[in-house]
Amino acid sequence: MFTPAIHPQRAPWSHWRLVENFGHSIRVPAQVFQPATVEQLADLFARARRENVAIALRGSGRSYGDAAMRQGHWVLDLRRMNRILAWDPKTGEITVEPGVTIEQLWRYVLPDGWWPAVVPGTMRPTMGGCVAMNVHGKNNWHAGTFGEHVTRLRVLTPAGDEYELTPDDPRFHTFVGGLGVLGVATSITLRLKRVASGNLDVHAWAVPDLAHMLADLDTYKDRYEYIVGWVDSTAMGWARGRGQIHAANHVPEGEELYPERTLSPDYQVLPDVFFGFVPKAWMWRFMRPFMTNWGVRLVNSAKYWASRWLSHHKTYRQALVAFNFLLDYIPNWERAYRGRGLIQYQIFVPRDEALRVFNEVLRYTQQRGMPSYLAVVKRHRADAFLLSHGVDGYSLALDFPVWPGKERDLVAMLHELDRLVLDAGGRFYFAKDATLTPDTAAAFLGEQALRTFFELKATWDPEDRLQTDLYRRVFAPLRSRLAA
Amino acid sequence: MAEQGSLVIPQPVAIVVGASSGIGAALARELAVQGWRVILIARRADALQRVAEDITRRVGPDRAFPRPMDARAYDQIPQVYQEVLREHGRLDAVIYSAGVLHPVAPDEYNFAKDREMLEVNLVAAVAWLGQAAALFQQLGQGHIVGISSVAGDRGRVANPAYHASKAGLTTYLESLRNRLSRRGVHVLTVKPGFVRTPMLEQAQPKRVFWVISPEQAARDIVNAMRKGKQVIYTPARWRWLMLLIQHIPSVLFRRLSF
Repeated sequence: MFTPAIHPQRAPWSHWRLVENFGHSIRVPAQVFQPATVEQLADLFARARRENVAIALRGSGRSYGDAAMRQGHWVLDLRRMNRILAWDPKTGEITVEPGVTIEQLWRYVLPDGWWPAVVPGTMRPTMGGCVAMNVHGKNNWHAGTFGEHVTRLRVLTPAGDEYELTPDDPRFHTFVGGLGVLGVATSITLRLKRVASGNLDVHAWAVPDLAHMLADLDTYKDRYEYIVGWVDSTAMGWARGRGQIHAANHVPEGEELYPERTLSPDYQVLPDVFFGFVPKAWMWRFMRPFMTNWGVRLVNSAKYWASRWLSHHKTYRQALVAFNFLLDYIPNWERAYRGRGLIQYQIFVPRDEALRVFNEVLRYTQQRGMPSYLAVVKRHRADAFLLSHGVDGYSLALDFPVWPGKERDLVAMLHELDRLVLDAGGRFYFAKDATLTPDTAAAFLGEQALRTFFELKATWDPEDRLQTDLYRRVFAPLRSRLAA
Repeated sequence: MAEQGSLVIPQPVAIVVGASSGIGAALARELAVQGWRVILIARRADALQRVAEDITRRVGPDRAFPRPMDARAYDQIPQVYQEVLREHGRLDAVIYSAGVLHPVAPDEYNFAKDREMLEVNLVAAVAWLGQAAALFQQLGQGHIVGISSVAGDRGRVANPAYHASKAGLTTYLESLRNRLSRRGVHVLTVKPGFVRTPMLEQAQPKRVFWVISPEQAARDIVNAMRKGKQVIYTPARWRWLMLLIQHIPSVLFRRLSF
């Protein structure tokens, strides 16, 4: 018998969205919810339990891989939990909700003469994301990771329990960098850095090859608080690894006549126009034609020779925002990538092995015809966090375009490079990762760390409610293997 | 469930309604060969199982997932989509390939036959593809594919309800396309001519020509999905024949007997 079955028109699908990584190369459907309060969050956990769905936590979605998504299940976008809960301009201690972004934070504290102690290359990420991924910045050698400046955390677990974590609690070092699958940091207390000015004194110079690049980063790491190297990832032969180093220090106290002027958010602006005529909103379209192997070679060479001939050993004063948030200069820069967007591959290699490994990585990617389009080198130190990417050495971050039909070749090439990194005692970083295999992760993290991690996971999230696609890809198989 | 590889490598998922035989079965096989995971839907569980086993044997495991149900189980459709999304993590295409063609005599008017054709060919298609549209407009991507027919281009004397059902489906798909293309969703109308399927055998038309295999049709359809085509005829030469037929004036057309 025919009965007209009426489906509510939009209702069953109203929360479904396509959730993407930073580079638009991974796009999956998920039901997205945006809780604004801890109560709404707890309600969603309870509802997820009833419906037996998995949950991934998400902030601004600036992870390069699959760390902030769970395909076909729920994604909790925490950006509405963005209140600043307490601020003491005398001690520089601030307590925030997880959805507060780095931008919101610096705009709030800078006029009082404070700056986040550690910031990544973009100001879009949320505090929750920075804690879950334990991010780092261009001052990693001096300041360590984001988590080293967190003094207190309040955590809500999927089971509905609340915990207060401080750095003397061993669970603190598991939770920070714990990929956001152990619970939600509903309140995060940070210690900020005192600054006397909104400016940095920057020194830029060109380096002719990788050996000079690594040597200079090492030599000058103690003279500058911030230091970072751009590498021409398409330069071959004797020029391989050539690039430009930017190093900076905060302007010392008393040097600026009117520091309150530079500490004002009005002073901290990024350029509106490029080359004098391209509005920044159009810039990514302008870049698009150059995003091929040859186009990037051309642009990289031009950039290198410009750094060599026009700005070698240039010193200048630059606003904190302009120096730190290079990735925010060009809005939607990641859309300039043609094909299927990009992924990033960042490797951390001990000091004495870095030259050999990085050289080999650059050479191999060029030889395979899949060169990186953007490469950055930084100096790092080890840290005490459980799922740490830190080593006493260097990191090399490589952006790779994802071309349709070439995805398997790219992933296969990165898996080959994984071996090289592992053999050198290197590590990987889950905020960036999109391709790591469970075996590689187990090899660099070690069985003990994994057991500690899974123990806390089993205690705080016994039903395995919090699962990202990263967790499913890398950690879930390891967990069943360890349990067996 | 198998271990999840890198999500950078696309593993698209399709639902094929009417996958137990004919174009639907060939399409499921072709998509599996092209790297898709395919959820097979049809009423006959045994036939569906055979198609799935055939795909597994030819292409490999984790490709075909049979889910026996009547395409007209309208209430279950949102549930099926939700299950596929939860289990496979994504849904990239919904292909409606179920169809019925009852042979009718030139002077026969049989409501039971007509209703079944209209229900399976049109009403159930609207039920499946409407929900797909509701989902895909949220996601801003996806392929909606309807297997209509050259029979929908003109109401001939042969089979009024069949012609009407296919004309309805063609128009419904056009409407979906006009709604959804601005939202990034691709809607493909497929108009096969004579395809060597159980339906053709059963229908026993007076004369057939340009007969192609279901595999040929499936290849055309998957190519059209990849290229983002709007309306295809398979084989393509039907386009010109139908253009001609569409322009035969009624004064002549009502005197013809095909």
